[in-house]
Amino acid sequence: MDMSKDLVAASATPLVLAILAEGDSYGYAIIKRVAELSGGHLQWTDGMLYPVLHRLERQGLVAAKWSTSENGRRRKYYRITKEGRAQLAAQRQQWQVMDGTLRGIWMKACTV
Amino acid sequence: MTTFTDPPLEEQIAQWREYLRRRRAVHGPDVEELEGHLRDQLMALTEAGLTGDEAFLVAVKRMGSLDALSREFAREHSERLWKQLVIAGDADTSANTVPAETLVVLCLAVAATLAVKVPALFGHPISPNEEVPLFYARNASLFVFPLLTVYFMWKRGSDVVSSLWLALPFGAAVVLANIYSFQKGSDTVALTVLHLPIALWLAVGFAYVRGRWFADGGRMNFVRFSGELAIYYVLIALGGFVVIAFTFMMFRAIEMNPDWFVAGWLIPCGAAGAIIVGSWLVEAKQSVIENMAPVLTRLFTPLFTVLLLAFLATMAWTGSPINVQRELLIGFDLLLAVVVGLVLYAASARDPQTPPDFFDALQLLLVVSALGVDGVALAAIAARISEFGFTPNRVAALGENLILLVNLAWTARLYASFMRRRGSFANLERWQVAYLPVYSVAAALVVIIFPPPFGYR
Repeated sequence: MDMSKDLVAASATPLVLAILAEGDSYGYAIIKRVAELSGGHLQWTDGMLYPVLHRLERQGLVAAKWSTSENGRRRKYYRITKEGRAQLAAQRQQWQVMDGTLRGIWMKACTV
Repeated sequence: MTTFTDPPLEEQIAQWREYLRRRRAVHGPDVEELEGHLRDQLMALTEAGLTGDEAFLVAVKRMGSLDALSREFAREHSERLWKQLVIAGDADTSANTVPAETLVVLCLAVAATLAVKVPALFGHPISPNEEVPLFYARNASLFVFPLLTVYFMWKRGSDVVSSLWLALPFGAAVVLANIYSFQKGSDTVALTVLHLPIALWLAVGFAYVRGRWFADGGRMNFVRFSGELAIYYVLIALGGFVVIAFTFMMFRAIEMNPDWFVAGWLIPCGAAGAIIVGSWLVEAKQSVIENMAPVLTRLFTPLFTVLLLAFLATMAWTGSPINVQRELLIGFDLLLAVVVGLVLYAASARDPQTPPDFFDALQLLLVVSALGVDGVALAAIAARISEFGFTPNRVAALGENLILLVNLAWTARLYASFMRRRGSFANLERWQVAYLPVYSVAAALVVIIFPPPFGYR
C-alpha cells in the first residue's frame, strides 16, 4: 500500500519510539520490526530512518551509543530516554484520539 | 566485520560508500551507520538466495536515492552545509602537524608585533601627539615580510641555500630604505614607502611557491593567496576598529586616556601581527571556504564596465576635454590597476578548458573601455606634461601607466583571439602570471634609482 508521505512522516516518531520502548535497537532491526508489525504494508525507504533517528537524538528523546555487534562490526545502538517515554505517552494519546474519531465516523458510515 | 566472499560485491559497496562520502551533509559516522545497514540488508538478501548483484540492487534501491537521502540529512543537520573553519584539521591526517603550525604562527605573530616595537628602544618612539616617524613608513614592509617569508619557508620545508638567497632582497631593502638621506616630506621618500612593499612581495612569493616560480601553477596560487590575504586583512582590520572604539569608550568612562596604548601599541602591533595571522588563515581555509576575490570580481566587473562606458559616452556626447590636474595620472594608474586586478582574479577562478561565455565578453569590453579611457587621459596629459615638468611622482606614474597599458593591450589581444576561438584561455593566464614580476621589478627600480637623480626631493 502506498502511504501518503505526510502520514509516514507523522507516524515515524511514535513508531520508532514505541519500538525502542520494547528494547534497545539499531537502524536495520527497527526497519525490519516496522515491516513485521505492519504486515509488510508499511515500507519505509531505509535510508530515511536515519535522519529521523538523528533528529530524535538531538531532541533528547533517544540516546545513541556505538558498540560492537555480534558480527564484529561497529554499530550504533539507540535507547529511548525518559523524555522519550514521556513523548511516546503523549503521542499515544493523540493517536488514540485520532483513531477513535475516524473509527466513529467510519462505523456510522457502515451502518447507514 | 561482515565481509562478503564475493569480491565484486565488496567493490560495489566500496563504490557506494565513496558516493555517499562525497555528500557534504553526510558525515563519516553516518556513512558507517548506513553502510552497516546496507551490509545487514545484503546479508539477509543473500541468505534468502539472491546472488550478490541482485542483492546489491535491491538493497541500494531500498536505501533510497542518495540525493533524497543527503537532502534529508541536510535538513536535519543544516549546520553541516556551512563549512566550518576548524583549524584542528582532520583528526586522522594531520593530528601532529597542526599544533606545531599553530605554535609557529603564534611565535611569528608575536615576533612581528615585537619587531614593530624594537625601533622605539633606539630612539624612534611612536607617540599619539606627534606624527608617526618616517622611519616606520620607510621600513613598514620590513617588519613583517621577512617573518612571513620565514613562515612559508618553514611550511614548505625550503632548504638553507634558498633561504639565504631570499635573505638577499630583504638585506638590500634594509639598506635602500635607510641609506638615502631624503629631504623632509620629499616625493621620493613617499615613492619608496609605496613601492618597497610591492617589490618585496615578489620575494614573499618566491618563498610561497618554494622557489619554483615557474612550476605547477604556483604563481597563480600566489595571486589567489594575495587576494584572499587582502580580504582577510580588511576583515581583521574592521574587527580591530571595533576593539579600538571600545577601548576608548570604556577607559574614558573611568577618566583614563588610552591614547598612548592605542597609537603606540594596539594599532602598529595589530597591523603587523594581522598579516601573519591572516596569511595563516588563508593557508588553513584554502579548501574550506569559497575564495572571495573571484566572487568580488564577478560582482564588480559589470559595474566597472558600465562606469567606463558611461564615462566615454558622456565625454563623447558633451565633448568636454579632461581637465588635467596634477594628480590625475595617479588616479588613472589606479583605475588601470583595478582593471588588471579584475582580469587577474577572473582568470584565477576560471577553468581554462571551458569555452568563452558572456562573462568573458564582458571582461574584454572592460579591458577595451579601460584602454580607451586611459588613452584619452594620456593624450590629455602628454599635451601638458612639459608644462608641469618632470617630478619623480610624474615619471613614476607615467612609467606605471605604460606598464599597465602594455599588459592590458596584450590582454585585450589575447582575449579577442580567445573569443574568436583562435587561442586558448591558458595563453591569457600565462601572460598574466608571466607579467607579475614586472610590477615588482618596476617598483624595485623606483626604490633604487629614483632618489639620487631627483636630489632626494
